[in-house]
Amino acid sequence: MSQTIIEPVNDSADLSKEPLLQIRDLEVGFQTQHGLVPAVRGVSLTLYAGQTLAIVGESGSGKTTTAQAIIKLLAGTGKITGGQILFEGRDLAGLSDKQMQDVRGRLIGYVPQDPMSNLNPVWNIGFQVEEAIKANNVAQGKAAHQRTIQVLQEAGLSDAEDRLKQFPHQFSGGMRQRVLIGIGLSARPKLLIADEPTSALDVTVQRQILDHLGTLTRDYGTSVLFITHDLGLAAERAEQLVVMYKGKVVESGPSLEILANPQHPYTQRLVAAAPSLASRRIQSAKSDAADDVEIFSGGSLDTTLVARAAEREQAAETADLIKVQNISKMYRIRTKGLKYTELLAVNDVSFAIKKGTTTALVGESGSGKSTVAKLLLQLESITSGQIEFDGQDVAGLKGAALLKFRRRVQPVFQDPYGSLDPQYNVGNTIAEPLLAHKIGTSAERQARVRELLDQVSLPWATRYRYPSELSGGQRQRIAVARALALKPDVLVLDEAVSALDVLVQGQILNLLTELQTELGLTYLFITHDLAVVRLVADNVCVMQKGRIVETASTDEVFDSPRESYTQELLAAIPGGNFQFGR
Amino acid sequence: MIWYTGKRLLQMIPVFFGATLLIYFMVFSLPGDPIAALYGDRPPAPGVIDQIRAQYNLDKPFIVQYFIYIGNFFQGDLGTTYSGRPVSDVMAKAFPITARLALLALAIEAFFGILVGLIAGLRKGKLFDTSALVVSLLLISVPTFVIGFVLQYVFAVQLGWARTTVSSEAPLNELLLPALVLASVSFAYIVRLTRASVSDNLNADFVRTATAKGLSRRRVVGVHVLRNSLVPVVTFLGVDLGSLMVGAIVTEGIFNINGVGGTVYKAIKLGEGPTVVSFIAVMVVIFVLANLLVDLLYAALDPRIRYAK
Repeated sequence: MSQTIIEPVNDSADLSKEPLLQIRDLEVGFQTQHGLVPAVRGVSLTLYAGQTLAIVGESGSGKTTTAQAIIKLLAGTGKITGGQILFEGRDLAGLSDKQMQDVRGRLIGYVPQDPMSNLNPVWNIGFQVEEAIKANNVAQGKAAHQRTIQVLQEAGLSDAEDRLKQFPHQFSGGMRQRVLIGIGLSARPKLLIADEPTSALDVTVQRQILDHLGTLTRDYGTSVLFITHDLGLAAERAEQLVVMYKGKVVESGPSLEILANPQHPYTQRLVAAAPSLASRRIQSAKSDAADDVEIFSGGSLDTTLVARAAEREQAAETADLIKVQNISKMYRIRTKGLKYTELLAVNDVSFAIKKGTTTALVGESGSGKSTVAKLLLQLESITSGQIEFDGQDVAGLKGAALLKFRRRVQPVFQDPYGSLDPQYNVGNTIAEPLLAHKIGTSAERQARVRELLDQVSLPWATRYRYPSELSGGQRQRIAVARALALKPDVLVLDEAVSALDVLVQGQILNLLTELQTELGLTYLFITHDLAVVRLVADNVCVMQKGRIVETASTDEVFDSPRESYTQELLAAIPGGNFQFGR
Repeated sequence: MIWYTGKRLLQMIPVFFGATLLIYFMVFSLPGDPIAALYGDRPPAPGVIDQIRAQYNLDKPFIVQYFIYIGNFFQGDLGTTYSGRPVSDVMAKAFPITARLALLALAIEAFFGILVGLIAGLRKGKLFDTSALVVSLLLISVPTFVIGFVLQYVFAVQLGWARTTVSSEAPLNELLLPALVLASVSFAYIVRLTRASVSDNLNADFVRTATAKGLSRRRVVGVHVLRNSLVPVVTFLGVDLGSLMVGAIVTEGIFNINGVGGTVYKAIKLGEGPTVVSFIAVMVVIFVLANLLVDLLYAALDPRIRYAK
């Protein structure tokens, strides 16, 4: 794909002919012991004033590196090895550190990815905003203080004046991201680089913040370079798309065109796999003419998923394997001296899961969904209520009976980096549950490991490798293999695919559905992402503030959500604004 | 915070009684008869020994001795040494000298340690960094008395810039060389601690964001890297202040300083219960206060740490 220069969108009136940012054949490499490893290879893109351009790609595609190269904040040993970054005609690649300092903040603002780690924990919010204002000479002294309040209010913190002296840890993730957006826009830069500005946030918060960011940049006439892994999100928020793969631009052009007619095979796969798009696709497949589906399924990766999801209605009637009745979990939080406040994390929750089906538990962070998982897994005791598994009350299980229950109900957690022991090779990791339950001889365990690796489509040679040598997707496969080692009946998947790239996510979801058919597994799928739910779940329980607000089959939830909260969650799935096939 | 401080100060009471009781018991259990030892090879008349024993309450059971001691302690009477000097006099002479030495050493190691550690952290992998690492390794691995004797020989004997031994008044300028020796090992640790902390923080996301705001390099390092990096260093300094204040037997020995370390050492050898226990009691209080100071500084440096009331 050599088409590099993007034509401006014709409907924006105020476009000047001179592009604001023009990257030409950018090359970035990282110095390692084995020489220079290229991360960005000949990237070119053009952004005009007032435009929003999104760079899309999976992790490792070089999208963040490209963005960081623009303001010359490459991590570690990163270096620009070739090409030009023309900003208003001036090549940023050739500027000195001192000159760059004047560009950063004042001309180019930056909103980083993770709001948790991007504010200095030891300085208060007001200080961190004010220093940006002073450094860029927007205002000094008392005026700077006034401006700080104004910037934060514009960023959506209405009580900014009272909260200036508070520290980052006293703010929620969404509020911190508002602060970072405020800092990025504080000097009214001409260009704002937003690097996955909301990927760490809940969907509804994500939507609010992106809406707000969109309004601000439109009001100020700021151009936005938007970096994201979510194609649906990118297409919704930007007029222009640049798709990157392995350090190269594989496709670029107006968003809707790319979405409707992806040319490069990678883009096609990406369009096919993006859960937000896939779930919309299922939606339109059910409601509208069948050609809509064809338009968007250029790739075939998820066609099985789509087909399976569409067939869910004919799920067989079987007995309930898990029956959760009116469970509650109360935490006592010590506040002052000997006083406690009580936090009802799970409030009177009931649901049932039939054998061989998938039930999704959906909600934002803090809704209590993970606590339900812990209660079900008997990792924490319930305060009141009853959990029945296969007709047996599990609440009071002890010793051998508890061990037996654990064998049948296995968890897979979100973080494939954190849930594998870095000192254990893959073979040992998978064999560990067998060892813990004293199952089989050494040779039999080896055979089982082999079988399991085969089931999760990993080569037998993987057994000698360590978690650090594997990709996120491979690690999550290992975690699934480990969970399957004891031939359980139920897998509790707590955000098991949330940390993965879309394509990898698609693969794991595919694997999980295959394993379900093959082994007759029952899943409790915990996630914040309704789009993923659409692909895998038979039934959905929507949780809010410790309660289940809506329980229904997946189709009912998507077709006719009853609760306003569910509707809000559905609306927050990116890509909702597209008119499919119309 | 006030509540927290108060609670910590109250905790000193059991620590004080526990430590003094334990030390008293240990000194009591030391083998040998301290009074007999006073007279060397020529034993005095039997009546004299009994009289001295009675005078120092050595004829009573251990626990009674302890309570007599504690009772006197709270009346301001710390007892007397076997040579007849009041223990309070000995303390009043030894502690100021040690305090001067300790604070001087602390100032030297903190200032130079943080400075060198910061520069090394900023220039990781460069010549300055590598040399700092080698020098600090050297200082850590060479025993203090070797460093002490070498510095004493070079600066006092060869160059004549300092006195070989410190006079009994121990003015600050004479304490400079011993303080340097005392500071050397901790200096090395502080360099390494600061360096690691700075280089970690340099890669932190918030430092990149600070640079992206348009701040100068100097401000990014001074405001966003340094303060965050000081948290572990301050912990170390606080603990070190405690151990410096209770004296340094080796360094005091080399430079003939009449500080706490040497005095306690001599008292232990003589089995002088009241002297040892009184010194240790004060040391315990100093240690607890130093630790409290660390915890309070910790909270001042890192607002995320707020102690429960």
